[in-house]
Amino acid sequence: MPSVWSDLEPLLLQVSKPIQYVGGELNSTVKDWDSAEVRWVLMYPDAYEVGLPNQGVMILYEVLNEVEGVLAERSYAIWPDLEKLMRENDIPQFTLDSHRSVRDFDLFGISFATELGYTNMLSALHLGGIPLFAADRTLDDPIVVAGGHAAFNPEPISDFIDIAVLGDGEEAVLRMSEIVREWKREGRPGGRDEVLLRLARSGGCYVPRFYDVEYFEDGRIKRVFPNRSDVPYRVAKHTVMDLDKWPYPKQPLVPLAETVHERMSVEIFRGCTRGCRFCQAGMITRPVRERSITGIAAMVEQGLCATGYEEVGLLSLSSADHSEIGEIAKGLADRYEGENVGLSLPSTRVDAFNVDLANELTRNGRRSGLTFAPEGGSERIRQVINKMVTEEDLIRTVTTAYANGWRQVKLYFMCGLPTETDEDVMQIATMTKRAIDAGRSATGGNDVRCTISIGAFVPKPHTPFQWAAQESPDVVDHRLKMLRDAIQGDRKYAKAIGYRYHDGKPSAIEGLLSRGDRRVGAVILRAWESGQRFDGWSEHFSYDRWVAAVVEIFEGSPLSLEWFTTRERELSEALPWDHLDSGLDKEWLWSDWQEALAGGEVDDCRWTPCFDCGVCPTMDTEIQVGPTGRTIPLLVNR
Amino acid sequence: MKAPHAQRPVVQRIRVKYAKRGRLRFTSHRDFSRALERAVRRSRIPIAYSSGFTPHPRISYAGASPTGVASEAEYLEMALQDRVDLAEVLIKLDEALPIGLDVIEIVEATTSEFAATLEASEWHFSISAPAEIADQIPGAIATFLAADEVMVERMSKNGLRRFDVRSAVLSLAEQAPPEVPEVTDGNSTTMGERALRSAILEAVIRHGSPSVRPDDLLAALRIEGLASRAIVTRLAQGPFDERAGAVTDPFGPDRK
Ligand code: SF4
Repeated sequence: MPSVWSDLEPLLLQVSKPIQYVGGELNSTVKDWDSAEVRWVLMYPDAYEVGLPNQGVMILYEVLNEVEGVLAERSYAIWPDLEKLMRENDIPQFTLDSHRSVRDFDLFGISFATELGYTNMLSALHLGGIPLFAADRTLDDPIVVAGGHAAFNPEPISDFIDIAVLGDGEEAVLRMSEIVREWKREGRPGGRDEVLLRLARSGGCYVPRFYDVEYFEDGRIKRVFPNRSDVPYRVAKHTVMDLDKWPYPKQPLVPLAETVHERMSVEIFRGCTRGCRFCQAGMITRPVRERSITGIAAMVEQGLCATGYEEVGLLSLSSADHSEIGEIAKGLADRYEGENVGLSLPSTRVDAFNVDLANELTRNGRRSGLTFAPEGGSERIRQVINKMVTEEDLIRTVTTAYANGWRQVKLYFMCGLPTETDEDVMQIATMTKRAIDAGRSATGGNDVRCTISIGAFVPKPHTPFQWAAQESPDVVDHRLKMLRDAIQGDRKYAKAIGYRYHDGKPSAIEGLLSRGDRRVGAVILRAWESGQRFDGWSEHFSYDRWVAAVVEIFEGSPLSLEWFTTRERELSEALPWDHLDSGLDKEWLWSDWQEALAGGEVDDCRWTPCFDCGVCPTMDTEIQVGPTGRTIPLLVNR
Repeated sequence: MKAPHAQRPVVQRIRVKYAKRGRLRFTSHRDFSRALERAVRRSRIPIAYSSGFTPHPRISYAGASPTGVASEAEYLEMALQDRVDLAEVLIKLDEALPIGLDVIEIVEATTSEFAATLEASEWHFSISAPAEIADQIPGAIATFLAADEVMVERMSKNGLRRFDVRSAVLSLAEQAPPEVPEVTDGNSTTMGERALRSAILEAVIRHGSPSVRPDDLLAALRIEGLASRAIVTRLAQGPFDERAGAVTDPFGPDRK
């Protein structure tokens, strides 16, 4: 049964948004099945509307499909309405490109941007008829590969995956394809074990089953060690250098269905060395590697021609930090003047330059909203997290934005940061009110608005806060409520300040999954069995279901939800991800953690000397930044 | 902040007939309009924009078919700021749209009020169902046609609505099924290994208010399990010729 389409089609009239299951997107590829030697299915374990725009999947899909003899298709999480019908009608988890069962493929890559996709992975494996436990799989089952940021601590899902790959995927998937191709050509000697061993020995694949973990009686990890010869003690992340050589996606996928990003994206650099201590993305993607101004311009033009999108997002962890961002913004705005092409820059830097950039990019369009991320409410807490923004900076920046015609400003904060007190959070209200006052006097009017968006902080592996105690949901929720009352109780500001928050309970579960070890796998399985799916969606997330699973599984052991989340760790404790190498020196992370507690700052190694975080020497990488001095030419003959 | 661009004036209006085929019948109207706007940009058709801070491409749609229904006869109109070669635009636009959303014909608009000329649609129902469902069809058609009024209910944005289907149906008949070997429904565990029968229905339904959709007609036949077994295609829409009892070409006046 190569394609499940004819069985699926009659069911689609009965489900919501059927278009998300039909494939056929502009720029999608269906390669000939029989002439391919290595076949990948790439899955983003969330709904299509979130998964399709994912850059990681889109890039690997194209990189793999460009290789002779290798094919890649895509799959996304299936909503419960269709999942139920598929189970009743024996239809497996399928790919969108040729509607084949995911079990037909050699490799099943799943990209975990967050840990909240773990239960959806179990649904997909189960629907696909693939044994949930890696140990139960046969030669007829795909090799299940986890990637994405969450793969930097894949221990909680180590029972369910065959491999985790850390870091940039472009070169890694190509190397893996060659190893699998070679093994298949040889007639699959040694079966599944052998191919996994070959992949593990290549150095770039973490195969959890080749490592054993021992624990102390109190629950802490005693040691993690390889149980096979020649597999590395620590598995290192991959780093792609010279982004100009990797101009992907060249042909971005354009869905028919509505998705969360109705625009194309061009990644203008990778990595970030601002050193925000809470930010896992910044820590694990070092060093900074810029795409050149001309490389960016070429990708924008090619992407617009290939997609017909009317908006381009210039993507990165902190886009205003590109060494030639001013020239890029002006160059692109000049080039597309009068063409109804919108440019957006996801940057939340709190400074006047950022406002200038936003002005430049919207010089022909509407100025709706600007976003800034001070992250912490008081100057003290901002020192702890290394987000060096004074209150004066913030007020001045917001005032500049209002004075330049921006009427709506959004401010991002976190609650529950290490050492945080009630006062730190209440300072958010004081500061925001000052910003509104300043905006009112700068514009001479009353129509300036500010929205506060705040959620609970979750300590992440490979960051200086990996040892920190996560704040309990009760304390987080208490502070969020106090802040709300302080804002909404003040008649002078209640209409001008919007308040959006995420309560602390989902973050507690995210914390368990982020810093958990192999013993958390049983909890994930139990939660999934009791119906948990789509953890990133508040209407599907059930805290009580998760807590019930935790209690049931950890009963009679020293482990608990609190043990994994609100417990502070010691330097001497072996962490579940110590054998996974992000390049960051553990000593450096610890000293930065101590610095945080002392309120000390770290600068950015792009414009100050290297502060020896460990990444570049360990990974043999270097900072790649401009300026190149080049400019963006105008387009002629169009 | 500068004032928004003044948009160039409209110099030509064109009417496009297109099809929604195969898997892409699941495209909703919103999905289609986004895809079309992108295709227009990709193919560099000199579309006119509305003025204002958020200029919109000037495209108007007429009588779009419901999600899940295929169509060989959908229509839209575009305003252009440069004159174009119609044959060239047809090729470029068709190439820029995903396969399954296909451009069939383009004419220059010479009349106004195009949407109002679309008085009725001709629908084709391709049904593949177990014999006990398919065998009820002839009787159900006879009962339906003999009635003066057949009420159905449908959920709309404003809640459950109850309306008559019969008066909007101008014709309804079962066609001779195509010569195909019997297929078995091998994958369905609930249905078991039962033989499937094919049936083809054709109907002409007048547009109006409340609008009667093809699934309303299937519901009005009152056969349990029929609706999910039918693939529906709009074959034509246009002015209704009472004497011939047929839907005619809405581009007729533009071609003269
Ligand atoms: S090793 Fe030095 S240069 Fe490289 S990312 Fe770390 S601090 Fe920056």
